[in-house]
Amino acid sequence: MEEIKTAHRAANSKMNFALLYPENDGGMNDRIKRLRKQSVETPTTLTIERALIETAFYKENYGKYPNAVLRAMNFLEICKKKTIYIGDDELIVAERGPKPKAVPTFPELTCHTVEDLHTLNTRELQPYLISQEDIDTYEREVIPYWEGRTQRERIFNHVSEEWREAYHAGVFTEFMEQRAAGHTTMDGKLYVRGLLDVKKLIQEQLDKLDFINDPEATDKQEELRAMDISCDAAIIFAERHAELAEKMAAEETNPQRKAELEKIADVCRWVPAHAPRDLHEAIQMYWFVHLGTVTELNGWDSMNPGHIDQHLWPFYQKGIADGTLTREKAKELLSCLWIKFNNQPAPPKVGITALESGTYNDFTNINIGGVTRDGKDGSNELSFIILEIQEELHELQPGLSIHVAEVTPDEFVKAGCRVIRQGHGYPSVFNPDCYVQELVNQGKSLEDAREGGCSGCIEVGAFGKEAYVLTGYLNTPKILEITLNNGWDPNSGKKLGLETGDPRTFTSYEQLYEAYHKQMLHFVNLKLSVNNYIERMFALYAPATFLSLFIDDCITKGKDYYNGGARYNTTYIQCTGLGTTTDCFATIKKHVFEDKRYTMDELLTAVAANFEGHEKMRQYIMNRTPFFGNDDEYADTIAVKVYEDLVKAIKGHPNTRGGETQLNMLSTTCHNYFGSVCHATPNGRLAHFAISDGTSPAHGADTNGPTSVIKSLGKLDQTQSGGTLLNMRFIPALLKREEDLDKLVSLIRAYFKMGGHHVQFNIVDTQTLLDAQKKPEDYKDLLVRVAGYSDYFNDMTEQLQNEIIARTENEEF
Amino acid sequence: MYIFDIKRFAINDGPGIRVTLFMKGCPLRCVWCHNPEGLNPNRQKMYVKKKCIGCRSCVEACPRGGLVLTRDGIQSTGVECTLCGTCVEECPTLALEMAGKEYSLSELMNLVEKDRVVMETSGGGVTLCGGEPLMHPEALVEILEELGRRGLHRTVDTTLYASEATLEKVIPHADLFMVDLKHMDSDKHRKYTGVPNEPILRNIRLIAEKGIRYWIRIPLIEGVNADEANIIRCAEFLKELPTRPEIVNILPYHDIGIGKHKRLGSDYNPDELVMSTPSQEWQEHCVEIFKSYGLDSKIGG
Repeated sequence: MEEIKTAHRAANSKMNFALLYPENDGGMNDRIKRLRKQSVETPTTLTIERALIETAFYKENYGKYPNAVLRAMNFLEICKKKTIYIGDDELIVAERGPKPKAVPTFPELTCHTVEDLHTLNTRELQPYLISQEDIDTYEREVIPYWEGRTQRERIFNHVSEEWREAYHAGVFTEFMEQRAAGHTTMDGKLYVRGLLDVKKLIQEQLDKLDFINDPEATDKQEELRAMDISCDAAIIFAERHAELAEKMAAEETNPQRKAELEKIADVCRWVPAHAPRDLHEAIQMYWFVHLGTVTELNGWDSMNPGHIDQHLWPFYQKGIADGTLTREKAKELLSCLWIKFNNQPAPPKVGITALESGTYNDFTNINIGGVTRDGKDGSNELSFIILEIQEELHELQPGLSIHVAEVTPDEFVKAGCRVIRQGHGYPSVFNPDCYVQELVNQGKSLEDAREGGCSGCIEVGAFGKEAYVLTGYLNTPKILEITLNNGWDPNSGKKLGLETGDPRTFTSYEQLYEAYHKQMLHFVNLKLSVNNYIERMFALYAPATFLSLFIDDCITKGKDYYNGGARYNTTYIQCTGLGTTTDCFATIKKHVFEDKRYTMDELLTAVAANFEGHEKMRQYIMNRTPFFGNDDEYADTIAVKVYEDLVKAIKGHPNTRGGETQLNMLSTTCHNYFGSVCHATPNGRLAHFAISDGTSPAHGADTNGPTSVIKSLGKLDQTQSGGTLLNMRFIPALLKREEDLDKLVSLIRAYFKMGGHHVQFNIVDTQTLLDAQKKPEDYKDLLVRVAGYSDYFNDMTEQLQNEIIARTENEEF
Repeated sequence: MYIFDIKRFAINDGPGIRVTLFMKGCPLRCVWCHNPEGLNPNRQKMYVKKKCIGCRSCVEACPRGGLVLTRDGIQSTGVECTLCGTCVEECPTLALEMAGKEYSLSELMNLVEKDRVVMETSGGGVTLCGGEPLMHPEALVEILEELGRRGLHRTVDTTLYASEATLEKVIPHADLFMVDLKHMDSDKHRKYTGVPNEPILRNIRLIAEKGIRYWIRIPLIEGVNADEANIIRCAEFLKELPTRPEIVNILPYHDIGIGKHKRLGSDYNPDELVMSTPSQEWQEHCVEIFKSYGLDSKIGG
């Protein structure tokens, strides 16, 4: 998920425009309003319950069972013992913690120190509250046991000094040092088979095991037994909720609520043991599966229902047809699910690495629209209901994306754009015609690819059939910086890379590029060399035996999700800073090697001085260099080369799960962290400022308008990656009228025709405009609608800017 | 013929998403002009003091010693400028810029073609605007013809202040005219724009008689043309035409021109005529007047 300024607006902030359905006119009903209020206002807390249950279990049982069985029994123990919760008004029930927004820890992956817990409790931004008593208990019961036994320690004890130094210098990050691999997204099978059916499938596989001729039969047996235990665990977890609901119903005096509680009890008795029969059961089924997955382990970008509009469509149709469901009731049930997503903040990180990712939510990204398995339009009435819910609830979670293929009707895209213009940063927009090709290029069947989509940020996979593991970000501007310093890192003062030569002695641009290329391969290989080790540690110590129930073909293979059980197995490295790196190359190529305006020494001296005393040079570079994002062949050719060389370096190495490595181009908020470890760069960027995000142009580099940006991006063969990211920014007034929305739809369609993978829009608010006045050079691309025409904010008189700011503010009321 | 700007992602210059070419030179002198760099048909040097960092690059670059750095930024030493452009090329911050550039037809087409996908997807095209594009009929027709060959939609955004013969030449090559109608009273029109309105009204009629698609755009300015009498006269005139405009766009006045005049070193509204933005209610009222005459109308365009 890209950092979007407006996405972090408080949930009670104003919309840019009036809602389609204002108060109680098809909008949130009173129940949903109360539940939403509770979800938004409840402070995030840390719960030590899971850690206590798990630690006690490990103390007693570690070493007695194969790890897969141990993990499943641990999950069963948690499902049996954790505090369960059914809140007032709730229709969809169950929480990961003992109450809403109580976040468990996962000491088997990474164990928070006492200091970490204090920091989390007191920090100003996004605190996780925890009592002193709990901290004392944690210190006494949890921390001592896990010392030396966590995944994080296994990883850091293994890596070379070279890897460690590159990691600490910010050349790359490592995703799995604190969390498990995630990006798990469901297909539709959980709605057609209950866990009792799954247990039968497991038994069939157990019966088929050939201990004489299959050397892996024993391992498979343990994994299948563990999967079977995991089924029981989830069924027990649901039954405990049924019992609680029955008990609450017996005590309930309000007849309406009593009936609701009885229905909840019925639902929890039925799912997840059996396949759901109606919409209510289907939603609750998903929620139990979701919670099981995020309770078992703490996967990155947690868990995602995938194409929920397509999955739930048969239940909706059936309910409407037989009169047991209305549109309003369906919307209420889905809204209850939306609130459940928001009730689950992500478990917090430990130590200083929190810097790597400023935002910290669980990145559930719900996919709507798109295509069906047979390539038809996947949007339906539920897609529209979900857009309404997203607009009205506008919570931090879940995220939403609309999937716009050629076959997707304009009406749906426009409805999505109507939500986009509210300025909360969602829905983001994806192009199935592009990503289906990406997935097919990676070896997936066409049908499985069509059933795929995006999880988390912009990364795509075959839903319900793939384990795609993101392993960390690669800081490409940093690699260029190290190249320009002959292998040394000016920030840490350490030698991190290869000695590729003093660039002052280079006689051609090609020589410089070659040096960078060597350096890039060096760091990519350094990163790859550890990835496979980490994969094995997860296969050995942290198998996900519950998640494996829902990912084909774990059961038929008798293998875990982390051990090659999935039909498709991909390992990603995420590359950031394409815009910044390209602009640096363009600067050097043009001004040093071609125009010879500056010598390499002059340029590098100015860069080393953070351009202090060299403002004239900096301005000249920033204004007189063809930068990426302007549909300029000079820069775009460089970008294509940088991108394709990253693809070649990363793509196609075997991982330990029978799959291959791939790259994608996302940055989350890592471009801020990566910028903070980079000194000034030749493109005029000052020290420690953010580098460019995803595949977006660098800040202020694109001065030719949005059509030029999409043209530049369109030159990358995006199907060679597992995703690219483009951020665009508009002010609300630009999207005021119906025909403006049509134009936004056209812009999206045009970019996707050019082969774009993803785009998201930032509909900026007043604060951004004020920032733009203070720092115009960061906002060169800010296009605002003035009167009968549009202009760049930067190009206006202060007076007019002020007038527009005032106008925008008015529009917020 | 010089072009002073090429705007991509133009979303208010006709249907869909467009590329707009701004041709330099205009016979009108509208007091509120917000594209003053389009008035003079020749190249002009523009200076934005806000962007100037006082680095003296231009002072050193000028081969004639024509520039000096003062407390008020870069100024002329009095030596005549030949518009050689050396100072502009050396300015690191783009504080100095040259308004007006010559393009060959193929250069222009290459630029326009870059946005073909966007234009086709959005039902857009190319808009020729100014200045006043009809000031350069040969160049205009050449460009329009070529765009037509390439199957691109062509809009001419014009004051229609031109001879009938000129307009006749252009009409076969345009798909849509967007015509400014600034005042129905010729004396007032002359007062605020420097020219009478008879040729304009005659040319609107000519377009309407030929059945060419056209939109009318009225810059609505309190103190100039926003009074009810003028709006009603506009509506009466348009209603009686053999083909009515597809829409009447009401464009509320903004003093956008101030900053641009400063860049050119010219004065905005030197006679300090009273002009202001009409209230939202009044804008809506004007739209209603047009609608009551059976003319589609809206605020903005």
